Amino acid sequence: MKQYSNVIAAYSIMIILIILVGVFQSWSIALTILNYCLISAVMTMGANIQWGYAGLINFGIMGYTALGGLAVVLVSVAPVEEAWRLGGLNMMICIGIIVAMIYSIRYVLKKIDKSKKRNYLIASIIIIGLLLLRIISTPAIESIESVEPAKTGYLGGLGMPVLFSWIVGAFFAGGLAYVIGKIALGLRADYLAIATLLIAEIIVSIIKHEEWLARGVKNVIGLKRPAPYEIDLQTTPWFINLVEKFHSAKLELINSVTERQDALNQLVIDASSVYVKLCFAGMFLIVVIILLIVTQKALYSPWGRKMRAIRDNEEAASAMGKNVVKEHLLIFVLGSAIVGIAGAMMVTNDGLFTPGSYRPMRYTFVIWVMVIVGGTGNNFGAILGGFVVWFLWVEAAPIALFFINLFTSHLPETNEVKIHLINSASYFRFLMVGIGLLIIMRYRPRGILPEKIIKQ
Amino acid sequence: MELINAIILLLNYTILPALTYGSQLALGAIFVTLIYGILRFANFATGDMMSFGTMFAVLLTYYFQSLGISLGVLPTALLTIPFAIFMMIFYMLTIDKFVFSYYRVKKSPPVQLAMVSVGVMFVTQAIIRIIIGPFDRRFLDGEKFILKATEFKEMTGLSEGLTIKSTQVLTIFITIVVVSIMFWFLNKTKTGTSMRAYSDNEDLALLSGIDPKRVVLITWVIAGILATIGGTLYGLDKSYRPFVYFNNMLPIFAAAIVGGIGNPFGAFLGGYVIAFAEIFLTYAYKKFFAYLLPEALEPNSMVQLLSTDYKFAISFSILVLVLLFRPSGIFEGKKI
Repeated sequence: MKQYSNVIAAYSIMIILIILVGVFQSWSIALTILNYCLISAVMTMGANIQWGYAGLINFGIMGYTALGGLAVVLVSVAPVEEAWRLGGLNMMICIGIIVAMIYSIRYVLKKIDKSKKRNYLIASIIIIGLLLLRIISTPAIESIESVEPAKTGYLGGLGMPVLFSWIVGAFFAGGLAYVIGKIALGLRADYLAIATLLIAEIIVSIIKHEEWLARGVKNVIGLKRPAPYEIDLQTTPWFINLVEKFHSAKLELINSVTERQDALNQLVIDASSVYVKLCFAGMFLIVVIILLIVTQKALYSPWGRKMRAIRDNEEAASAMGKNVVKEHLLIFVLGSAIVGIAGAMMVTNDGLFTPGSYRPMRYTFVIWVMVIVGGTGNNFGAILGGFVVWFLWVEAAPIALFFINLFTSHLPETNEVKIHLINSASYFRFLMVGIGLLIIMRYRPRGILPEKIIKQ
Repeated sequence: MELINAIILLLNYTILPALTYGSQLALGAIFVTLIYGILRFANFATGDMMSFGTMFAVLLTYYFQSLGISLGVLPTALLTIPFAIFMMIFYMLTIDKFVFSYYRVKKSPPVQLAMVSVGVMFVTQAIIRIIIGPFDRRFLDGEKFILKATEFKEMTGLSEGLTIKSTQVLTIFITIVVVSIMFWFLNKTKTGTSMRAYSDNEDLALLSGIDPKRVVLITWVIAGILATIGGTLYGLDKSYRPFVYFNNMLPIFAAAIVGGIGNPFGAFLGGYVIAFAEIFLTYAYKKFFAYLLPEALEPNSMVQLLSTDYKFAISFSILVLVLLFRPSGIFEGKKI
C-alpha cells in the first residue's frame, strides 16, 4: 500500500480539483473536463506505451486520432444510397486498383533482382495505376459530391452501432501504424519524430480534402450516440420524477404551482445534460480501466521486461536474441491503436467530425506534454498527466485572468496594457503548458509519477 | 510567339513564385540544419522562432510608419530587420542560457533536447500571441510591383502578362546575398572553420582548442539572422500570421532533411527542391498546353497533377521517399 501512496495522493488532488470546478463553476463544465481528461488519458496511454515502454518517439498522434474519428463516421452513419448508386462501383474499382498496384509492386520486388529494369517497371506500374485511378475516380467523385451537397455529398457509412467504431478506429490506426512503422522505424529517434509528424499531416490533409469520404472540411454533424439525447430525457417521466425527488426539498420551498413547474423544468434541463455526460464518463472510465489493467499486466510480464531491455540497450537486447525490429513494430502498432480508440471516443463524445480542427499543436504536442509531465513508463503517471495537463489547458484562461486582475488591480480599467492582457488571457495556456513542461523536464525529468521497476 | 507566351505563363505562375517560396524555405532550412549540425538537436521551435523575429519587424514597421520614417519605394520592414535580428538573437541566447545549455552540458540525448524545444515552442508561441495576437497582419509598404501585367503586355505585345512583385525580387536578392555571406563565413574564415570542425567531431574540436561557448554563441547569432530575415521576407511576400509560421516549420524540416541534415548547402538546395515540387505538381497546365498544342488537341480538363489542397502533402511525400531511398539526403548530410 505504501508504495502507492503518492499515486493515491496525486489522484485525490486531481479529483478534488475537478469537484472544485463543479462547485464553483458548474457540474456540467466539470463533467466536460472529466470526459476530456479521460479521453486524453487514453491518448497518453497509447503514447506512453511507445515512448515509455520502448523509447519510440511518435509525433503522429494527430493522424491516428483523426483516423479514429474517421472510423466513427464510416461505421455509424447511415449509407447514402444515392451516392453509392452513382459512384460506389467506381470507388470500389479504385480500391481494387490500389490493392493490385501494391501486390504487383511486391511481386516485382520479390521476383526481379535489383536493377535499372526493376526500377523502371515499378515506376511504370505506379504511373499507370495513378492514371487509371484518376480516370476512374474523377467522374465518380464528382457525382458523389453532387448528391445533396449541403447535407450529404459523401458515401456515408455502414449504419452500425457507434460503439463498434471504437474498435474499428483502433484497427484503422493500427493498420496505418503498421505501414508507417515498416517505412520509418529504422530511422534515428529525432528523424522518426519529424517523419511521423509530417505523415500525420498528410493523413489529415487527405481526410480534409477528400470530400466523398467524410465530407472533408464541410464536417459531419449529428453522429449517433451511445447515450440518450437530452431532449428525449427531458420528456421521459422516470427522469423527471428522479430529478423531482432529488431536488424535493428545494422545490417544496416554492409555493406557486407554475413557478414550481418552471423551476423543475430548468432543473430537468440541467440534469439531462449532466446525466448524458455521466453516461459518457462511465463508458470512458470503463475503457480507461480495461486499458490500464491490460497495459499494467503487459508491463510486468516477460514481454514488458523484454521491451524495457530493448529500450535501455538495444544492442545488448538484440545480441541476446531479441528481435528488436519486430518488437518495435508491434509496440508502434499497439500504441497507435490505443490512440485510435481515443480519437473515436472523442468524436463520439462531441457528436461531430471536424477534420479542420485537427492541428498538431493540440493533438500531438499537448499529448506529448501529458506523457512527459505525468511520468514516462508509468501507466498511472500517464493517466495523471492526461488529467493534469488537460485541466491546466482548460482552466488556464480563468487562472490567468485571476492573476492578471490581481497584478493590474492598481491600474485603471482603461489602461491599454490591462485591456490587452485581459483580451489575450486565453493564450496563457500555451505559456503555462510550455513552462510546466520545461520545469518538469529540468527538475523531475521522469515525470510526476516516475517509472517503478518491481523486482520479482 | 505561342511558345514565348507559354514560357511567360510558366515564369509568371510557377517559376517566380517557386523561386521566392524556395528562398524563404531555404533560409529556414539552413537555420534548422545549423542547429542540428552544431547543437545536435531537431529544433521544433523553428517556425515560432522565425515568427518571433518577424513580430518585431512588424511592430517596428508600425512604429517607424507612425514616426514617418520610410524607405520610399522599398518596404520599411527592411529598415527594421537589423533591430528585429538584434531582439531575436537576444531572445535565442536567453533561451539557450536558461534552457538548452543545461542539457548540452549534461550531454543529454538529442531526443530530450528535441522535447525541450517543444517546450520552447509552446512558450514562444504564447509570448507571440500575447504580444501581437493571432491575427493576420500586412506590413508591406512602398512600391508593390516592379512590373505589372498590363505594362508588360504593352511593352512586348504578347497576350500573356508577366507580373513581378517587388517582394519576389527582394526575397531572391536578399537570400542570395545572405546565403553567400554565410557560406563565405563558414568556409573561409577561421571561426567558420572551427564551427564546421565542432560539427564534425566535437571531441576532436575541443582537443584542438576550439572554445565551445563561442561556437554555440555564433551559431545562435547566425540562426537569429537567418530566422528573422527568412520570416520577415515570408511575411512581406504573403502576410504575417503566427499560426502560418508554425505550419511552415513542416516544409522547412522537409527541405532540411531532403538536403541532408547538417549540410547547409544541401538545405539551401532542398528549399528549392521542395518549393518547385509543390508548385509544379499543383499548377493547372491547361492554359500552357492551350498555347503549345494545336486547337484540336487542346485539353479540356485542368491538367493538374494534384489539387492545390495537397501542397503540403507533396513536400512530406518527397521527404518520405528521400528517407526511404536516401536516408542521408539527396546531398549527403549526416548519417541517420
